Amino acid sequence: MSLLKLDNVTKTFGGLTAVDEVSCEVPQGSIFGLIGPNGAGKTTVFNLITGNYTPDRGRILFNGQDITGKITHKIVELGIARTFQTIRLFQNMSVLENVLAGCHCRMSAGPVSAMLRLPGARREERRTLGKALAELRFTGLENEAENLAKNLSYGNQRLLEIARALATDPSLIILDEPAGGMNEQETAALVELIFQVQKRGATVLLIEHDMSLVMKACQYLVVLEYGKKIAEGTPDEVKQNPQVIEAYLGSDEDDF
Amino acid sequence: MEQFFQQLTNGLAIGGIYALIALGYTLVYGVLKLINFAHGDLFTIGAFLGLSLLTAFSLTDKLGFVLGVSALLLMVVCLVGLVGILLDQAAYKPLRSSHRLSAVVSALGMSIVFSNAIMLIFGASPEVYPHGILPSQVLHIMGLPFPVKRLLLLVTSLVLMVALYTFIQKTTIGAAIRAAAIDQDAARLMGINVNRVIMLIFFIGPALGGAAGVMVGLYYGQIKWTMGWLYGLKAFTAAILGGIGNIPGAMVGGLLLGVIESLCSAYISMAWKDAITFVVLILILIVRPTGLLGERVAEKI
Repeated sequence: MSLLKLDNVTKTFGGLTAVDEVSCEVPQGSIFGLIGPNGAGKTTVFNLITGNYTPDRGRILFNGQDITGKITHKIVELGIARTFQTIRLFQNMSVLENVLAGCHCRMSAGPVSAMLRLPGARREERRTLGKALAELRFTGLENEAENLAKNLSYGNQRLLEIARALATDPSLIILDEPAGGMNEQETAALVELIFQVQKRGATVLLIEHDMSLVMKACQYLVVLEYGKKIAEGTPDEVKQNPQVIEAYLGSDEDDF
Repeated sequence: MEQFFQQLTNGLAIGGIYALIALGYTLVYGVLKLINFAHGDLFTIGAFLGLSLLTAFSLTDKLGFVLGVSALLLMVVCLVGLVGILLDQAAYKPLRSSHRLSAVVSALGMSIVFSNAIMLIFGASPEVYPHGILPSQVLHIMGLPFPVKRLLLLVTSLVLMVALYTFIQKTTIGAAIRAAAIDQDAARLMGINVNRVIMLIFFIGPALGGAAGVMVGLYYGQIKWTMGWLYGLKAFTAAILGGIGNIPGAMVGGLLLGVIESLCSAYISMAWKDAITFVVLILILIVRPTGLLGERVAEKI
């Protein structure tokens, strides 16, 4: 059963076709990698899924439901969360508040009851605080809760992006180059974290340049080049694919 | 000493009013980077609605002072908040994706529309709130006289400010509002309904301004259709003084401006009161353009 399905999705910017008739299916519960050289259209695919862009042609199905052209926050409510390639935390808010902002879409109390601090709203606030702290523990940031997001180390800011995305209770979490700027140790811990996310029952879709991470973590890969899908399959299958080797590695096999 | 104390408390009372109005400017600016120049007129609408409701239902006669004034404030807060939402939907929302200046021009236009509408509905001559609604007793604190009504004014504005501050800082909705103020796109991608946040902001800001209007009417008695202009401008100065976009900044800026104005009019010259306010504005813009509590933020390109 596929959780996310792209069906002939195309997006052009002026004369440039950034995503060209891409179809793929992300199986429920998998760790799914989207790879390709710089400018292959990977981030555009993510932006299409999360509703930042609307595809020119094609459909995007999530859980069997057509989400093409839906408003971003509605898509998040349906269960898709993401992190950013360039970190976009709420810099002047504390680590905990960043995660709370992510929790907000799952809360039912309206502004009036929150303002009047009605018992129901207070209970919900307490529950949300507990959940936010749990996400911080999950990502190993519990000791940073009161710090401002901008004061975290680069690696921890990446982790906070993941914690904030997890706070929206996603069934699909999209990670855009989560290991960017991380050292080897941090990357190893990140792979472990990604497996933990999968164990929680979430499906992971990720873009990553660090090939060792991709090969270790992903069960399925789709390879894009110039907006077109050129290969898909398990990491081993993709590794053997001559077209991929040509496109991605400049036909230098030793890099794999 | 007595004069100083009088002027200080007087300054704090009027400063509380400035702070309440300044919060409206700063909230909207924080999320939309828009100076809502129609905000001063929402304050005027609050003052006139307050007078109409007060006399139409003779609230304080029927319900007594505390309940009557609370009911009046609640009604005005809700109504002016709704006017705020309508203002945004009609004048700002259609311009959300256009240049920031378009919305500013729209705000100036709405200010003219509102003030003239008030003049046409309520007349051009000043109106007067009924006398004797606020208690006229005078407290003596360490031998210094302190009118009860001044204390009430100050306490009411402080309560409203603390309530807003707690709401923004301590609730998850508050965190969502601040998140939307920092990065709207990222906020959307965290499932925050930014349009709802903007609606909420356009309810809360005008609601506080409307409350300030009623409070001015009850305290000073006289209201006029042009009053929003000067109060709005001073509150705007207060918001800049504290650092626009910064909520505690608007509170501190308002109280500070009230005290400066009051002390200057007592010790320098009554006639120069308003001029001094704007000298403060100019000095702040020269010396510390980000305001007292504002952070230096690089303009996004």
